[in-house]
Amino acid sequence: MGGSILGNRVLRKEDPKFLTVGGTYVDDLLDEPLLDGALHVTYVRSTVAHGVINSIDTSDALAMPGVRAVFTGADFGLEPVPSNFNPMVTRTLLAMDKVRYVGEPIAAIVSETREQGEDAAETVIVDYDILEAVVDMEAAMATSTLIYDSAPNNVVFDTLVLGMPDNTGEAFLAGCEVVARGKFLNQRVAPCPLEVRGAAVAWAADGRLHQWLSTQHAQGAHGPIAAMNGVDQAQVRVRTPDVGGGFGAKIGIYPEELLLGPISKRVGTPLRWRETRSESMMALGHGRAQVQHVAIGGKRDGTVTHYQLWAIQDSGAWVDMGAILAPFMTRPMASGVYAIPNIECRTTSVVTNTTPIVAYRGAGRPEATAAIERAMDLFAREIGMDPAEVRRKNLIPKFMEPHTTAVGQTYDVGDYETALDKTLTTADYAGWRAKQAERRARGDARQLGIGVSVYVEITGGVGSGEEAEVEVLPNGKAVVYTGTSPHGQGHVTAWAMLASEQTGIPIADIDLVWGDTDLTPVGSGTMGSRSLQQGGNAVFVVAGQLVEKAKSVAARLLEANENDIVLDKDAGAFHVAGTPALSKTWADIASAEGGISAKDNIAVPGPTFPFGAHVAVVEVDTETGKVRHIAHVACDDAGTVLNPMLLEGQIHGGVAQGAAQALLEEVRYDSDGNPITSNLADYAFISAAELPSVTVVHMETPTPRNSIGAKGIGESGTIGSTPALQSAVVDAVSHLGVSHIDMPTTPEKVWAAIQSAR
Amino acid sequence: MKITVTVNGKTREGDVEARTLLVQWVRESLGLTGTNIGCDTSSCGACTVHVDGESVKSCTMLAVQADGCSVTTIEGLANGDTLHPMQQAFMDNHGLQCGYCTPGMVMAAISLLQENPSPTEEDVRIGLEGNLCRCTGYHNIVKSVLAAAGK
Ligand code: FES
Ligand code: FES
Repeated sequence: MGGSILGNRVLRKEDPKFLTVGGTYVDDLLDEPLLDGALHVTYVRSTVAHGVINSIDTSDALAMPGVRAVFTGADFGLEPVPSNFNPMVTRTLLAMDKVRYVGEPIAAIVSETREQGEDAAETVIVDYDILEAVVDMEAAMATSTLIYDSAPNNVVFDTLVLGMPDNTGEAFLAGCEVVARGKFLNQRVAPCPLEVRGAAVAWAADGRLHQWLSTQHAQGAHGPIAAMNGVDQAQVRVRTPDVGGGFGAKIGIYPEELLLGPISKRVGTPLRWRETRSESMMALGHGRAQVQHVAIGGKRDGTVTHYQLWAIQDSGAWVDMGAILAPFMTRPMASGVYAIPNIECRTTSVVTNTTPIVAYRGAGRPEATAAIERAMDLFAREIGMDPAEVRRKNLIPKFMEPHTTAVGQTYDVGDYETALDKTLTTADYAGWRAKQAERRARGDARQLGIGVSVYVEITGGVGSGEEAEVEVLPNGKAVVYTGTSPHGQGHVTAWAMLASEQTGIPIADIDLVWGDTDLTPVGSGTMGSRSLQQGGNAVFVVAGQLVEKAKSVAARLLEANENDIVLDKDAGAFHVAGTPALSKTWADIASAEGGISAKDNIAVPGPTFPFGAHVAVVEVDTETGKVRHIAHVACDDAGTVLNPMLLEGQIHGGVAQGAAQALLEEVRYDSDGNPITSNLADYAFISAAELPSVTVVHMETPTPRNSIGAKGIGESGTIGSTPALQSAVVDAVSHLGVSHIDMPTTPEKVWAAIQSAR
Repeated sequence: MKITVTVNGKTREGDVEARTLLVQWVRESLGLTGTNIGCDTSSCGACTVHVDGESVKSCTMLAVQADGCSVTTIEGLANGDTLHPMQQAFMDNHGLQCGYCTPGMVMAAISLLQENPSPTEEDVRIGLEGNLCRCTGYHNIVKSVLAAAGK
């Protein structure tokens, strides 16, 4: 009897293709017959951050070589559409009266080649009356310039409006022996999937619209595309080719993608659209962008009793998902891993003349974690206690029954102290502290900094379950259909492992179908670290249902009682218990039935709460401010591990994106709202040279919330690493009098912090 | 303009515009879509191929400049079902996730080992600085390259 495949380092089935001919991304669909003769779409984008449009002159563009058509919003009679997240705020999909950020689409050019479209876009003349650009999120609340008339003070979402209590200011901290305060910037970053956005559309002869989309959630795009084209959803097929990364920014559908169907209808040809990287840096949603006002209070012995947070969330120039991350992701996680009896948390989301904010790896939880972790460091500094010890003193003790924090969020299971201990031990925390002390004592120009974070996050907060279908074909091979949507996570392998575990069919014989609204019409996609705990769980449960179904067929074929039938997973065959010689294989059963399948939507009772601890070590050159990330230990407890190789891959990638935010990356604008980091030469996208290898510490505390015990792992690495890195940088220079440095901790900022502390 | 280029061992002829980039020609005219485009500032390396044995960002080279050269793309590495050792190392070490950077990364990694057959981890990290990956955090890419080098 072979053992379970679950928990093993199974290599990826999908890799040989990626390694030999490359993935088939949307721009690679050269052989798709429906796209024969496709023309290219190029969007003309606003070059000003805030302005009234007086006129749009497309006549020169129309005369450019290869240009077939140019459309403005007026050509389509576009009407303002409300935001899904605040219906008071409306915009047209192509700007008509007003532009609100640099990069906002204004017109669409259809041309024979992409290059012709780019040339023609340069010749469209837009006449603007420039308005004051509102770039800073706090200034946005104070200025009389409104980005949307329906949003007074430029506020588009506030926990007060949701009926949650306001913060009570100084009075809240009145009884505290010690209080530390801070204002932290959780800066705006660009998700930067290596594949930018792209799509293709074709109206087939039968009147159906086919749209290919680089997305994390085809089913989510299905309804909006149908509505945009004024057709029934059954008339639209959305397909997801291979997707070169998403990180949250490809969850929602964008105007450029919605408009392709109507444009294609007008010009009567299929269309392709792929933005350039420079466009992507301005028009693919950005992430983070919070200003946090924090106060933490407690006793001199290290007990934290009070924590107050006001998070101001930049929504950018539209009310997209970013606007609701602060109230619905940051606020619930305000308490972090700590047992703090008194917490106040208000969040306010404001619009600015910048690229809209969407979900980005972690989406609201890295912000919550950074706030409380920085606050813990400030508190530790105030009372002169080791930051790891202050954390330990305040951790919620191990709990295997749900625990509810002062802010009202219930966590599933947690064992934070073990995570902290394992991480400190593996990292040799004490050893690094000793080395740090030596360097400090000899006044070395290169100082060491050690940062510790302990975190808990929320995963599977999106969706309440997932659909799966498992089908066995007459040849004995299986096809799994899932409502989740991989773009690097390895579902092809992971879902095959789950189906194989139940059926005994080898993973080589199990294919995966996803992201095709004809074949997988129901699904919540891949986001919020939900895939395994909801989508994988559904595959596991449904594959089990299929085995039961197959047993009844086997009973019939073997003329036996169904209850006596067993599945020999090693042989992939059913027989009567005790008489294995007479058996029916999956192929026999599927052949007898003309194929056999099971399909179900498997609910889960709620989200899960992965947790962990990170230790980051940096070396800071105190003369130049340059930071080197030299060691990183990550313990991310995601419950039961399906494939440790895939888990580690998620952690590595997560740590790199966390390090990127902590050390390097920031989307910046000048005071007029012009982006100054709008390509990969100007944006400090983290490279291999700026990272160390990561030591992963394994820990598995299964959740009771699904049948495989899995929590999410896609975002944990980012959530834990970011504050650990930031803290490490501050720690390296804290003996020089520095108590805080905002992210990214670039050489300029580190150097300036040292100078001003002197 | 007429060009003749040996691509993955086969002679290919083309008629290209002066401004056609090598990456465009390879992808659109030859249909070799393994080579990807990730930026417009020659920053990402997703388009890395070998030209006469040296790694080149094919978005920085005109197709006409490749006239008479020998070009190898990701599609030219494997020998039937047998992966090139670097491809195998990426497979064995989970050196890829979404796969978008992968063809360029593999081509760059092969060049790196040609120049320095036994690199340190530091050498690999610095050597691959011009190839960006958003998914893997580079950890397993570095591990793959070191594995291919026989470490
Ligand atoms: S596409 Fe060539 S370097 Fe980015
Ligand atoms: S694997 Fe996705 S960019 Fe490298």
